Amino acid sequence: MNTNPNRRYADITGRALLYAVLGIMAIYYLLPLALMIVTSFRSMDEIRMGQLIDWPTQLNLDAWRIAWSEAQIGARSERGLQPYFINSMLITLPAVAISTLMGAVNGYVLSFWRFRGSNLFFGLLLFGCFLPFQAILLPHANVLGRMGISGSIAGLIFTHVVYGLAFTTLFFRNYYVTLPGELIKAAQLDGAGFWRIFWRIILPLSTPILTVCVIWQFTQVWNDFLFGVTFSDPSSQPVTVGLNNLVNSSTGERRYNVDMAGAIIAALPTLLVYVIAGKYFVRGLTAGSVKG
Amino acid sequence: MASLNITNVEKSFGHTHILKGINMDIQDGEFIILVGPSGCGKSTLMNCIAGLEEVTGGQICIENHDITGVLPKDRDIAMVFQSYALYPNMNVHKNISFALEIRKLPKADIEREVERVAKLLQIEHLLDRKPGQLSGGQRQRVAMGRALARHPKIYLFDEPLSNLDAKLRVEMRTEIKKLHQRLGTTIVYVTHDQIEAMTLADRIAVMKDGHIQQFGTPQEVYDNPANRFVAGFMGSPSMNFIDTELVSHEGQVCVKLLVLDQLHYLPTPSEEQGLKERVGQKVVLGIRPEQITHVIPHYASNPSTFIVNAKIDVIEPTGPDTLVLVKMNEQEVNCRVEPHEAGKPGETMSLMINMSKTVFFDPITGERL
Repeated sequence: MNTNPNRRYADITGRALLYAVLGIMAIYYLLPLALMIVTSFRSMDEIRMGQLIDWPTQLNLDAWRIAWSEAQIGARSERGLQPYFINSMLITLPAVAISTLMGAVNGYVLSFWRFRGSNLFFGLLLFGCFLPFQAILLPHANVLGRMGISGSIAGLIFTHVVYGLAFTTLFFRNYYVTLPGELIKAAQLDGAGFWRIFWRIILPLSTPILTVCVIWQFTQVWNDFLFGVTFSDPSSQPVTVGLNNLVNSSTGERRYNVDMAGAIIAALPTLLVYVIAGKYFVRGLTAGSVKG
Repeated sequence: MASLNITNVEKSFGHTHILKGINMDIQDGEFIILVGPSGCGKSTLMNCIAGLEEVTGGQICIENHDITGVLPKDRDIAMVFQSYALYPNMNVHKNISFALEIRKLPKADIEREVERVAKLLQIEHLLDRKPGQLSGGQRQRVAMGRALARHPKIYLFDEPLSNLDAKLRVEMRTEIKKLHQRLGTTIVYVTHDQIEAMTLADRIAVMKDGHIQQFGTPQEVYDNPANRFVAGFMGSPSMNFIDTELVSHEGQVCVKLLVLDQLHYLPTPSEEQGLKERVGQKVVLGIRPEQITHVIPHYASNPSTFIVNAKIDVIEPTGPDTLVLVKMNEQEVNCRVEPHEAGKPGETMSLMINMSKTVFFDPITGERL
């Protein structure tokens, strides 16, 4: 294409510059993670004696074991992040499933089964996306108390479902309005009812938005600290709170390697969700975009 | 297969009246075309028949059963949509069998039905494919297959061919006509393409502004339009409308036509008796382009034909004919002549006007006189 040698050099320089900038940015973002991983495999003696930043002399898994199951966190009898991690799973999985599914049904209704005032309803729902969560802590604590689920895992699931619905509904509604309404009409004439159309036609078409929604909700709920610290009691605290307590409540020497290992443990599930679901996400977005 | 009776059907969204009292009696096995410009209410009427929209007033009966308030799924109507609306997540087989499964037919019956429909529409080799893997014409066939599989009482087609390219559209048009002749089903078909309307219909309903302007056979609608709108809508190129005046000339009711500085008095057809009372008034003369041709000698002696000389403004060759644009009464008029008889722009040409099929409209109301 480019027969002019000057132009070709210009292209190559441009490329090189682009990759250089991208490389620097990647290193900049990956460096903290790399440091955490490296530090988590060093022993405290190494850290104490040598440099704060250095390669481990041997692969030492003590910090990981301590963070997972041995560290004394607060005054609880169980040790390590393990119970907190299990709590987070027990909160996140149902909260993500319920809020995603309800968001899908909401979006389905708001796109295809409009009722009088449904646009107003949707507009009001969007306020939920802009709501600062600090503002609702006290009234929501009151609600949880009246419902008899304050301080419990169920209470946290309920909280995350309620405050996640605004986003999930928005996702699904905006995706469904791009689907042709004639699909619904055709299914109605074929004899399908409200739920059958949802399960058999609409939900199978929702893979891309389901993935987006699951990634979003999983990250939100797993990483949440505010609700987790406010609406839990010691038996239902999520891993974010556990990590905070691990890092802040240790007496005497600060064990950097354990802190790092703990932080990675707490972040691992969200990383995993990105790595696994991200692939399907891209696949879902591109499927069917090539004209047959 | 069934008769369909629509009585005084009205539909409004808020203060917008879409359908203003529609009446249609459709016989068992008739192929009815609803035609009209965008926004005339034809698709709304279709949705009302299907039950996808509730009517605001009036009554719809299938086989003399009132189905006005019945849910779409219980009306036993199948519809082919403009976008085909195939279920993208299901293969062709599933698309066709979906409705049958919902109706809880035995598996063997479903298989037999899918096979029959696939054979009928020659889509047997496509049954395992997803709609995304089909061409436009194939999708069209599958959409029809889905409708045919249920043996519904009435088929609705909502502009089914408008997404196809011109060649395929003509092919599928013929296919649909063949299918109707073979199956003898009652079909209501919406289109805005008047050629589709003419070629397919047993009867055409021309709609405008929520009213049916005329409901008749294609030939009736073409030759005997109820008003100026119908006359102008059906036929391509459309009918010429010439403002003129009715006069009494040599004992006959004539229209005045000024062509190339020469005044002609052309007698109106003897069937148009009502014109006598209008002598001296202004009227609109409606004459189709094919009624103004080059001079054909053995027709020239016909009492209803007249020859005028006109100056050619523009010529438009279409292949079989050439359209010649001339001026009559200072208005542009399209004439359809043999290509080798057509002159060049600027030349003068003899044209033969056949008055036997002309129609006349009131210049203000547009109603037929």
